[in-house]
Amino acid sequence: MIRKLSLRMLCLLTLSASPWALAGPPSAEMLSYACAGCHGNDGSSVGPSMPSLAGQQKDAFVIAMKEFKSGERPSTVMGRLAKGYTDPEIEAMAGFFAKQKRFLTGQNIQAEKVTRGAALAEKNCSKCHTEEGRTAKEEAGTPILAGQWLKYLQFQSEDYKSGGRKMTKNMGNRVKLLSAEEMDDVAHFYASVK
Amino acid sequence: MTLDRRSFLKLLSAGAGAAGLPMIGRAAELMPKTTRRVVVIGGGFGGTIAAKYVRKLDPTIEVVLIEMERNFISCPFSNLYIAGIYDSMASLTIGYDKLTANHGIKMVYDEVTGIDPAAKVVSMKSGTLSYDRLVVSPGVDFRTEEIEGYDAETPHIIPHAWKAGAQSTLLRKQLQDMPDGGNVIISMPLAPYRCPPGPYERSCLIADYLKKHKPKSKVILLDPNPDVVAKKPLFMKAWNDYYKGVFEYVPGSKVTRVDAKTRTVYVEGVEEHKGNVVNLIPSQRAGKIALKADLVGEDKKWCPVNPVTFESTKHKFIHVIGDSCAPPSAVAPMPKSAYSANTHAKVCAMNVVALMNGLETTEMSAINVCYSAISAHESVTVAAVYKVIDGKITPVPGSGGLSPVDFSQTKREHEYGESWLKNILAEMST
Ligand SMILES: Cc1cc2nc3c(=O)[nH]c(=O)nc-3n(C[C@H](O)[C@H](O)[C@H](O)COP(=O)(O)OP(=O)(O)OC[C@H]3O[C@@H](n4cnc5c(N)ncnc54)[C@H](O)[C@@H]3O)c2cc1C
Ligand code: HEC
Ligand code: HEC
Repeated sequence: MIRKLSLRMLCLLTLSASPWALAGPPSAEMLSYACAGCHGNDGSSVGPSMPSLAGQQKDAFVIAMKEFKSGERPSTVMGRLAKGYTDPEIEAMAGFFAKQKRFLTGQNIQAEKVTRGAALAEKNCSKCHTEEGRTAKEEAGTPILAGQWLKYLQFQSEDYKSGGRKMTKNMGNRVKLLSAEEMDDVAHFYASVK
Repeated sequence: MTLDRRSFLKLLSAGAGAAGLPMIGRAAELMPKTTRRVVVIGGGFGGTIAAKYVRKLDPTIEVVLIEMERNFISCPFSNLYIAGIYDSMASLTIGYDKLTANHGIKMVYDEVTGIDPAAKVVSMKSGTLSYDRLVVSPGVDFRTEEIEGYDAETPHIIPHAWKAGAQSTLLRKQLQDMPDGGNVIISMPLAPYRCPPGPYERSCLIADYLKKHKPKSKVILLDPNPDVVAKKPLFMKAWNDYYKGVFEYVPGSKVTRVDAKTRTVYVEGVEEHKGNVVNLIPSQRAGKIALKADLVGEDKKWCPVNPVTFESTKHKFIHVIGDSCAPPSAVAPMPKSAYSANTHAKVCAMNVVALMNGLETTEMSAINVCYSAISAHESVTVAAVYKVIDGKITPVPGSGGLSPVDFSQTKREHEYGESWLKNILAEMST
């Protein structure tokens, strides 16, 4: 965060502007720290429903924020917050959170659901949500799912199934093959991945 | 390292008898300053975060956090405990040990009784501490002098429960002990006060409790403000849809006199309201120490600060954050909330570190979101993003606002709200 006295500041000093006029624009840290009160220390949530942002793919983060902003993606609070940031500010925050290590807290997960979910995920989801959801490939904007909070994944599954949250065509083709119960099994699986 | 008054006294008496030992009251320096030091007053929503982020951003700066209590109990969600929805305050309580273990923050458990801005020294019962920069986040104090008949005993009979802990337990117990058919009176503060939606949230949750357990009872909310201060359409809907019959709202009702023994409050000194349970929340100002140290402005209530660094405009090298501060604002000032205090602290810490290193400061970017429960399993929010425009903290145009009034999101928001509290308390204590 530490920057050297900028030329701009020196110019302003000689103009003797008001003290706040000397400040540089909000840095990635300044913008991102404000999110941690909800999303946890540097974006690692201690749950149980708030999603972790730490280690999220940059493009998935940017697309999520832009879709919150436009209203395309439904949300409880993120739509109202995302409207407060410019596109470059969103890029800066995406860069900040992508660099953070995700710390996982133990979750209450049902083992038999995890077993069923693992097989379903391998068959239907692993093309894009690669390495058991630890990485992402194939389609732009595919998020990391590994270790995400179960309750949050269940909310997303409900929204996908109800049509409230739009999917890409290719993901939709897979999700439609799964029952709500099976989607829940897959959510348990991804939440369990360390 | 941790020093409280007791161990300090022990330390003193260990060497006592020896000549020239400094005496208490003669301001013994608790920890002689050997390096650059930031002292933080108040281990609540603002202070813990300021202390932690200074250390995180520059570990060569020594940080001492002074707090008068061993544990901190969160006001947010304490209304759920008061209304019997939570069984205990365990999930609202944090300690400070991990701030020391993980971040090297030095804890001192004592009450700050004075600040000398010229000498850059704070004094406590147990001694003094020198600082290079001081961050002050003491929360609020009550303007009890504005209520005739209010004395030191009053809150033990009619609790305010506006600082969580024993006060919350007292109010909860009084509600539980009240017979069915009894009346609960909430008298709320004049704006601005800590947590604008808080009294309305409390009225909903107490009404929820009455509906379930004491259906012949009623809660009456006396509001000295002309109209609902926060989340108006949301609370109006909750009162109408959920609490008709057990709730009454009386705006423009300023309580100026109290008789604790008979549990009676008087609006404008005359109109009498007698309750079986009375929850009198006095109007507020900055924490006691801010007043004592001459950090408050012309209104004698709140502390004027620079909107970028949160440095006091009255005394250099002292920064005030959280409920106590009043930065220049446009459109609507940031509410006095836990989330505001959390983001003030981060903005302040970043710029304190910049100033101490002779570097350029950074413009503030902050958020406020307040979750309010409207029933045992439903919550609503107000949200905003803030930045400095023309020297004033201003909501970013087009951002923020209230939850949808159709209550389509209330169940999910309640779940997210509980996670918010877990995350913000973890951020303060780990
Ligand atoms: C019922 C209720 C519900 C609320 N709900 C919400 C909510 O849902 N969301 C939200 O964002 N906000 C909420 N709030 C508001 C929130 O509690 C405050 O805005 C927040 O605590 C402000 O933080 P602070 O750091 O300014 O003060 P505090 O958090 O009160 O911290 C001040 C600390 O300083 C210590 N202290 C004070 N003076 C001294 C001294 N002289 N020496 C040593 N230590 C000292 C105190 O012991 C205390 O620990 C609620 C408040 C209430 C009352
Ligand atoms: C009041 C709490 C709160 C704050 C503050 C907050 N968020 Fe969120 N965030 C949520 C919730 C709740 C969700 C789930 C979507 C919803 O319902 O709004 C979410 C979801 C997200 C997601 C989507 C995650 C995913 O895996 O798809 C991103 C990205 C995000 N937030 C970024 C941010 C950023 C950046 C900030 C700070 C500028 C921020 N959030 C501040 C509560 C918050
Ligand atoms: C063709 C690639 C692809 C396939 C196959 C796919 N996904 Fe996705 N997934 C995506 C993309 C892209 C997104 C981001 C969607 C958006 O923009 O809202 C996403 C998002 C998600 C999210 C939301 C995560 C968050 O952080 O909000 C979940 C949950 C999810 N997928 C589950 C699944 C499951 C379960 C399957 C298998 C049944 C699956 N996906 C198959 C590409 C895919």
